[in-house]
Amino acid sequence: MAQGVAVPGTHEDHPSPKAKNYINAEAGVWSWLTTVDHKRIGLMYLVSTLIAFALGGFFAILVRLELLTPKKTFMSGHMYNQAFTLHGAIMVFLFIIPSVPGALGNFLLPIMVGAKDVAFPKLNLMSLYLYWIGALFTLSSLVLGGLETGWTFYVPYSSTTGGAVIAVTFGVFVMGFSSILTGLNFVVTIHKLRAPGMGWFRLPLFLWATYATSLVQILATPVLAITLLLLLFEKAFQIGIFDPKLGGDPVLFQHFFWFYSHPAVYIMILPGFGIASELIAVHAHRKVFGYRAIAFSSVAIALIGFLVWGHHMFVSGQSELASTIFSALTFLVAVPTGIKMFNWISTLWRSSIAWTTPMAYAAAFLFLFAIGGLTGLFCGMLGTDMHIHDTYFVVAHFHYVMMGGTVVAFVGGLHHWWPKMTGKMYSDKLGKLSALLLFVGFNATFFPQFILGSRGMPRRYYNYLDQFQPLHQFSTVGSWIIGLAFLVALYNLLDSLKNGADAPDNPWGGLSLEWQTATPPPTENFPVTPRVTHGPYDYSDDRNATGASDS
Amino acid sequence: MSASANDEKLSPDFHVAHHFDTADQQFDSARMGIWLFLVTEILFFGGLFCAFFIYRSWYFSSFVEAHHHLDKVMGAVNTCVLIFSSLTMALAVRSAQVNDKAKTVGFLIVTILCAFGFLVVKYFEYQHKIHDGLLPGVHFTAQGFSSPHPGTFFAVYFMMTGIHGLHVIIGIGLILWILLRAQRGDFSARYYAPVEGVGLYWHLVDLVWIYLFPLLYLVG
Repeated sequence: MAQGVAVPGTHEDHPSPKAKNYINAEAGVWSWLTTVDHKRIGLMYLVSTLIAFALGGFFAILVRLELLTPKKTFMSGHMYNQAFTLHGAIMVFLFIIPSVPGALGNFLLPIMVGAKDVAFPKLNLMSLYLYWIGALFTLSSLVLGGLETGWTFYVPYSSTTGGAVIAVTFGVFVMGFSSILTGLNFVVTIHKLRAPGMGWFRLPLFLWATYATSLVQILATPVLAITLLLLLFEKAFQIGIFDPKLGGDPVLFQHFFWFYSHPAVYIMILPGFGIASELIAVHAHRKVFGYRAIAFSSVAIALIGFLVWGHHMFVSGQSELASTIFSALTFLVAVPTGIKMFNWISTLWRSSIAWTTPMAYAAAFLFLFAIGGLTGLFCGMLGTDMHIHDTYFVVAHFHYVMMGGTVVAFVGGLHHWWPKMTGKMYSDKLGKLSALLLFVGFNATFFPQFILGSRGMPRRYYNYLDQFQPLHQFSTVGSWIIGLAFLVALYNLLDSLKNGADAPDNPWGGLSLEWQTATPPPTENFPVTPRVTHGPYDYSDDRNATGASDS
Repeated sequence: MSASANDEKLSPDFHVAHHFDTADQQFDSARMGIWLFLVTEILFFGGLFCAFFIYRSWYFSSFVEAHHHLDKVMGAVNTCVLIFSSLTMALAVRSAQVNDKAKTVGFLIVTILCAFGFLVVKYFEYQHKIHDGLLPGVHFTAQGFSSPHPGTFFAVYFMMTGIHGLHVIIGIGLILWILLRAQRGDFSARYYAPVEGVGLYWHLVDLVWIYLFPLLYLVG
């Protein structure tokens, strides 16, 4: 099966799974804290971002619980503000942005290109430390009086509310540098460290997505950095850049903020696209349909993503002409995104789908992301947006994209590469159960929010009209099912570490390089630098023989 | 003596890191990394330039009035100092490439002196502004302005020149680092990537000032 690439010596040379690998190469906490091995750094990112995810999820459960009744349920209005703000800030800055690049990207990227490490291993470790430092500052808000600005730090809120605005802003500023350095490292690695024979069009699609993500990280994050720095000075010294009392312009803050934060949406979703491409191709054992189209659409999304930030500001008072242009450009994003959807579905068509856990997550991804993507068009349309902006419709839309898209793909990818990372197999049955629970719970939570939003329920409100209560309750119960789904997945994965069977080198029959080396990989990834002779998806099947696919 | 044996004497401590196949690959990667880093710097400053242009078009009369309070002579002197330091930096890189250790060290020392000179001039400028109350936002206390938002100009001025000044200070640290390494004999035609990297950074610091000076001091 693995005829796609020839890695001399790999299969013969490792006698048993107990051989030296990156996990048991060195022992002790210090060896982990000072490692420059991209795989160990990836693993530390994984643990860190999953802890952040659990914390963010905890706040989400609190928010949903409070919304069980129209008036106060169990927390005060201020606490509610802090809960949804921290939910958003943690999920965006501590979890989604660093998760896929930091954890899976770090682990996989050098292996997938056939390199021994990323181009700048020490810088890579520094990224992790910057992430930790930034995360500590952000989480310090828990004891420093909270944060009530929403995750966007909009200026009248951030300049007038108390609490830990400065600490959190500084934390996010520091994490921005972590993100920039990771992106820089990845771009240089893909450019300069590809193994012999690894041409650009033999890169796994996950790497194309990661490459596009890295470009956005490099080009957009510095603007966030300067924005947050100005905000810090505004808050600390009242310099009058954003504060309208002093002649500043809060709308300028929104422009600056979304100039980063809209592209950041693609930092969040593009890696999810990349994972989906891998899951679908490997578990359907099919050559990806339209490889180049998927690859270039990632880059296209990244580039168009820089030109659409104004669609977050249709009601901010920006000019109608600007809004119209931003709206038109926003629709343009749907084109490369649609290309991806159709190519994934074409890949699945008449393939031999293996209903594994990763495939179950990939299927959930396709459904949920389709809904998330299509409802984005409602929000991008000027007239409709007047009605639905700042309502639960928007909340539901971006949760379908961020959670239904990225998180589902991330968890699917985690199940896909878990055997490679840890050397253990988990229970496929429990894995599929978690995927099913997540799919059901997710829709139960967020589909009612589309209805709530279109009926006028504003987002971030503490109290609401009695007529909205049934839908809110439905949504809250759904959030419990989501929580259960993640607990099942977590139990399954952790249990595999103790009781799971040893994983073979290539449990899914993948053709990209990470499946051609030992499980878990040795510290230097490959005993001998691999020579790549075929593409990552060169499965031989009947349809390829008829020339129906991309070459 | 063969060429490779001769090479070994140059940059004796240099080795190719384990994850690179060749020294060239390592050098190319380092160079690309630096250029990408400079791109992030340009975007970082880009936000400030953008703020400058927006507020200048909003509060045009304030900007014109306020910019007359900047010291054009001091700004011009600093511009010359930085451009000259860019030249000495470029000469230091060149000297490293042709194995001239003494000149590398000498040019780096001149570059550092220029950087300190720049900061000294800047210090006097800042002191003057603080004394006159020409400060951002709520701290603006100067009297006799006829336009409503001079504080915004000084917010932009202090943020831009302050962040630029911070880059100069970081630059001094970096140049000092390669200066010490150059003295130790780390660099040669075989290995000079850090000198070139710091050099590129220093040119960018210079370049940013070359835009700041006319925009803030001359155009206003």
